[in-house]
Parts: sequence; C-alpha cells; structure tokens
Amino acid sequence: MYTPEMLEAIKIVEETRERRLKETFPRLKPEEKDQLLRAFHPDYMAGAMRPVKVGPNKGDKMPHEHVDLLESRSMLDPDTFSLNIDFDVDVLVIGGGGAGTSAALLAQEAGAKVLLATKLRHGDANTMMAEGGIQAADKENDSPAIHYLDVMGGGGFHNIPELVAALVKDAPLCIQWLESLGCMFSKFPDGTMNTIHGGGTSRKRMHFAHDYSGAEIMRTLRDEARNRGIQVIEFSPAVELILDESGQCAGAVLYNLETEQYLVVRAKTVIIATGGSGRLHIAGSPTTNHYGATADGLVMAYRAGAKLIFLDATQFHPTGVAFPEQIVGQLVTEKVRGLGAQLVNAAGEQFIYPLETRDAVSSAIIRECRERRKGVTTPSGMSGVWLDSPMIEIIHGKGTIEKELPAMFRQYKRFDINMAEQPILIYPTLHYQNGGILINDRAETAIPNLYVAGEASGGVHGRNRLMGNSLLDIIVFGRRAGKNAAERAKNVQLGKLSLAHVKRFHEELQKEGLGQKVAPVLLPDYRGKVS
Amino acid sequence: MAEEKEMVSIYIMGKQYQVPYGLTIMKAMEYAGYRFIRGCGCRGGFCGACGTVYRKPGDFRLKVGLACQTMVEDGMHLTQIPFYPANKATYRLEELTPALSTILQHYPETTRCLGCNACTRICPQELEVMHYIAAAQRGDIEKLANMSFDCIMCGLCASRCPAEIVQYNVAILGRRLYGRHIAPRAAHLAKRVEEIAAGKFDEEIAGLTQLDRTELQKLYDARDIEA
Repeated sequence: MYTPEMLEAIKIVEETRERRLKETFPRLKPEEKDQLLRAFHPDYMAGAMRPVKVGPNKGDKMPHEHVDLLESRSMLDPDTFSLNIDFDVDVLVIGGGGAGTSAALLAQEAGAKVLLATKLRHGDANTMMAEGGIQAADKENDSPAIHYLDVMGGGGFHNIPELVAALVKDAPLCIQWLESLGCMFSKFPDGTMNTIHGGGTSRKRMHFAHDYSGAEIMRTLRDEARNRGIQVIEFSPAVELILDESGQCAGAVLYNLETEQYLVVRAKTVIIATGGSGRLHIAGSPTTNHYGATADGLVMAYRAGAKLIFLDATQFHPTGVAFPEQIVGQLVTEKVRGLGAQLVNAAGEQFIYPLETRDAVSSAIIRECRERRKGVTTPSGMSGVWLDSPMIEIIHGKGTIEKELPAMFRQYKRFDINMAEQPILIYPTLHYQNGGILINDRAETAIPNLYVAGEASGGVHGRNRLMGNSLLDIIVFGRRAGKNAAERAKNVQLGKLSLAHVKRFHEELQKEGLGQKVAPVLLPDYRGKVS
Repeated sequence: MAEEKEMVSIYIMGKQYQVPYGLTIMKAMEYAGYRFIRGCGCRGGFCGACGTVYRKPGDFRLKVGLACQTMVEDGMHLTQIPFYPANKATYRLEELTPALSTILQHYPETTRCLGCNACTRICPQELEVMHYIAAAQRGDIEKLANMSFDCIMCGLCASRCPAEIVQYNVAILGRRLYGRHIAPRAAHLAKRVEEIAAGKFDEEIAGLTQLDRTELQKLYDARDIEA
C-alpha cells in the first residue's frame, strides 16, 4: 500500500501522462551513452574492484565480492581427502537450471550415462524467475544476421564472434525444440508466435509465455528430465572439481547439505551450469537472483586453471522493485517497458528512452536520483523513479496487464498495489553476470573434458547482455554442452583421480598471504539481519 | 526516521520468536536465526519452494502464503511444507493424445475428486484448482492448461487433497499436451529452422564474424528499428 506522501507524488505522474503518451524521448548517441556509463554505472565506481592476486586471471580487476571468493581456499584438505568413488558416469552436470537440464537431456539422448547434481531442488535457478522472454530471429522481417548485430552492439562489441554466431543461428531451433516439448509460448490463433521488442533489439523477436517465460521453460524441461529417468541428486552442490594426473577434468566432489557428507563423482566429462552470482550482492546491491546464485562454478573452474572473462562487467537490471520494502530488488520485467510504460521522475518527466540497453537505462536512473535529485524517496530511505505502468492499459486496452503480466500483477496485488491503476517505483538491482568462464562455441573450456553453459560462462554477451538472450544462451549452450560432452565421453580415458590442482592453488594463496576464507560459499547468510 | 521498530511475536513450528513487523515470513525466520536449506528458492514468488501454512490464535481457519511474499502478523503460528511426496507419471509426450483418456491413464486418481475445494482454498497463487481438475475430468485439456498456467508447483494442494490427487502434476501434463498437441505450430518458425539448416545465413554471418569494431559499429548504427 502506498503512503499518503507517495499517493501525492503519483498525482504528478498522472498529470503529465496524457502529454507523455505522445512523447518519444530521443535515443542516446554513442558518445552520450559512453559518458553516461562512465559517470554513473556501478562498474565504474571507484573502489568497487581490485586485481586478483592468484590464478589464471592474476592482475585482472574484478569486483571485491568475486575476488574474495577466488582468493579463498577449498572446503577440502587435498592432503587428506580420500577420493573413493561413489558415482561413475559419462557426463556430470553441475547445476539444475535451464542450461544444466538442457545439457542433461541432450547428453542422455546421445547415449551417455548422466548424473545431474543440484544445490537446492532441481529447477531452483535463475531460469525459474526469468520473466520477459527469449529471443530468436524466426519472423519474416528478421534474420540471424540482424540478431547478430543487436547482440554485438548490446555487448559493446566485446562479444566473442563465434559464440554470437552460434547463439543466433541455433536460436530458432531452440524455440522449436521448446515448442515441441510443449512449452506454451504466447501465440496468435494461427500459431504465429507473439513477439515483442526488448531493450536494444531492432526487431520484435522476444518470444514469451505471459510473464512466466522462464518458469514455463524450466518446469517443462524439468518434467521432461524426470520422464526420461535422468538421475538427479538434489541438495548436493559440487564444492571442488576433480582432475586426473594428466590434468583432464575427471569429476567433482559433491557435498550433501542435509547430511553434511561428501560424495565423489568420477565423470568422463563435466558440465558446469552453476548460474550467476547475485547473492554476492556486488556493490552492496539488492538482487533479482535466486537463493543459490553464489558463483560456485567460477571458483571451482578457476582453481582447475580455467580463465575468466568480463567478470568486471556486472549487469544491473534497471527496474528492480524499490517499494514495497518487503520485495525490494525483485525483478520488474523489461516487458513492462516493452509494452509502452515510460520511466518518469518525481517531476513527472521522462529522462531516458525506456528501451536503451540495460547498462544505459540503469545509469540514467542512478543519475536521475543521485545527481539530479529527481527521485522519489520511500519510507525505508530507498530512492526510486516511477515506471508508469497504467500507460499499458491505455495503449493496449484495459486488462492487458492482468493478461500479459499476471506474475507481476499478482506480486503487487499481494501488497495492495494495483499496477494497472498506479505507477510502480523502481531502482536498478543486481541482475546478471555478463562474464564468466571462457568457452568456445562447443561450450568447451581450455581444460580437457570441462564444459560450461549458461550464466556461468563468459564471452557470449560481451560486456552487456540484452533481454531475452540469457534464456536463449542457456538453451543453445546447454544443448551444445550436453551433446558435445556425451560425444567426447566415448573417447575419454581417465587416469588416477587427483586434487593436486587444489594443493597447488593453496600454495599459491599461501605465498600471497591469502586463503583465510573458504569458497564456494554455497549459500548467502542472512541470519540475524533485517535484510 | 529513527523510530523504534515495532516487534511482533511469531511461532515457528510452535517456538516463539520476536521479529520486526514488516518483514516477510522468510526474512523474519532468517532474522530469528534460521538459515534455509529447504524452504527457500527464488525468493521472488516463482518457484514454490517456500509454501507456508499458518493459523492465528482463536481462529480455526488455516491460512497459506509464500514465505517470501507474505508479511508476518502478530500471533502467527506457522510451518513450511518444503516437500510432500507426489505421484508423478512418466510419459513420452510425443506419443500421447490430448484427451481425457491420457489424463486417466496417467492419473486415474483424478476421478476420485470429491469437489471439496480444499485445493483451491490452499493455493497461494489463488488459482481455481478444483475447477481445473474438473476440466481435466471432462478432457478439456485447453481449459486445464490455461487455468493452471500460473501454477508454481508448490505442492500445497496435493498436501490437502483427500482424494490423494497431485493436482499440479495433472496440470503440467495438461499444459504440455496443449503446447505440443493442441496449440497450432508456428509455421514461420519451422520455415526459418529449415532455412538455417540449409545454410541460408552461413555466409552472411561468417562475414560478420570477420568484421572489426568500426565496421560492425557502422552496421549497428545503420539498423532500422521495427516500429
């Protein structure tokens, strides 16, 4: 429920709405965008990052929260931990989100013996909460080549070309795969996909299932994995990769969170699909991410010698909930802007084109609140700007929000806010790890037998991901990883299992006076706090 | 703004804790010292991990909410139900027909529905669960799919059902049947998949991967944007 002061502030938004409906705010020129990012994006904040002192990326600057983990020691003592094998498989998939489940399905299809290990339940992942949609160039007026340009430009042209090529070329096939698995994409009566714009897109190629796009994909993939009898072990995150004496990846050590026991998995190939890192609360920011997003895969791969890329490029989603306090940081999908809602400051004015890329919109909102002091302050002291959702009802007809954004409508209704009649207050929130473990277009890392797919990987999105390309990324590279890992497993001969790489890493840490903490952290700790 | 935080009493599985008013159940439990392993997932209302039931003293009514989205109330006696055993059929979707026979073949217990509405009353998403089960019993797969679409599979309905139906598993079968066998396929999508497989875009994209930043920037800036 809005406070009386906020209801007064909303009146100002209502007064300018009619005029704004006819207004289009001009787009940023490239130099303007560059200046805006440098001045206001959290990535450029002084003191937010430091160079990591050990490992493959030694000397590279990354957010403190990531460096803290990379400069930590293992949960295991490599000198005393006994690698008695509990499971012996062809493909071990670490992580049960969209990428991990896609990988498991394709690996099994290719004849591999698969084990899927998850930290929480199968399906507890950022995939489940993705709302807006999944991009693919399957309309007549669109082509993968145009999609390629959009992805590259959005990423600041830092994206690895072969990865983008794979992403855009596999995209329509991936949508078709999901369609054939029974995903209920929003369609027109003749079967044509209903598609809209996202930030930074030049064509309306965002496919969606109301605003439960991620959930629809996740629960469908999970149901299929269950039908196919793929072995899944829940509540058992991996805490360390196992190599063999020749340096091939050879499996992982899992830790049963409930019984506090270890499980040793020997695997001919390993696929890391551990997702993102929002629960590290980079820059002290609230986050849209699920409970388990703690960068586990990065830590384990790093110790095994894998290189990381673009970890200094963190994506803040421009529209996280700023009020009510109970759900601060939760995602307000870009689709709200895609349907026509404008961003409005305390004076009732627009200040940025709503569908610039996420880094630009986030920076503009931060500038509006911090420098121009035209934000709205909530009772808990948070700043925010308005997202004028009632415009959607005016543009598309009454009832559109309830029909197209049921999850969001319900979320606000639980707190007595009707977003069809009242604008909502938003502020940027920590959302996506643009970078990660470097892969090639076969989802391979530089470490033999080690694959990565999804948010844990880096290079696909350059330094800034577009909306709808993450759900696409996980399916494209999840499938590629699963297929390729299964194929490779046929020819893998593993030697003696070893944690020597962990011992070497510990020695490197000790030389630098580091290693007091343990990583991966597995879960954030909110005990005793008012979070 | 330095007001004293108002505190309330909540009872977590019967044990009393003082927590600040205004927190969600999930944050209140963490404030009290719990660190979730079960019962916590997305923290945003999508995953169904944190289904919570509660009662207030003097009121026999059983209430429900998602711990991550529900505020604490003074006197709340609560527990989470993070897991409930559920019957799940296995099937090959591509071999099924979208008909009543398919529902009954995989979930024959669906016919035991008493019409008691306990499932609807317990649903934290406020779905009309009994009505979508009724649609399932009629073989109306489309209605089953649409009415159950916002289901987050938290399992509270199954925990209350005297007929031992697992409503959310019947529902996902219905939705997948609809998505695969009833909803018309996207023809433009099939066409594009064929074109890509035939290599129609290979040369163009290969060319793009070779361009340097300046050339790419030029093409990017020259894009026309679909209205």
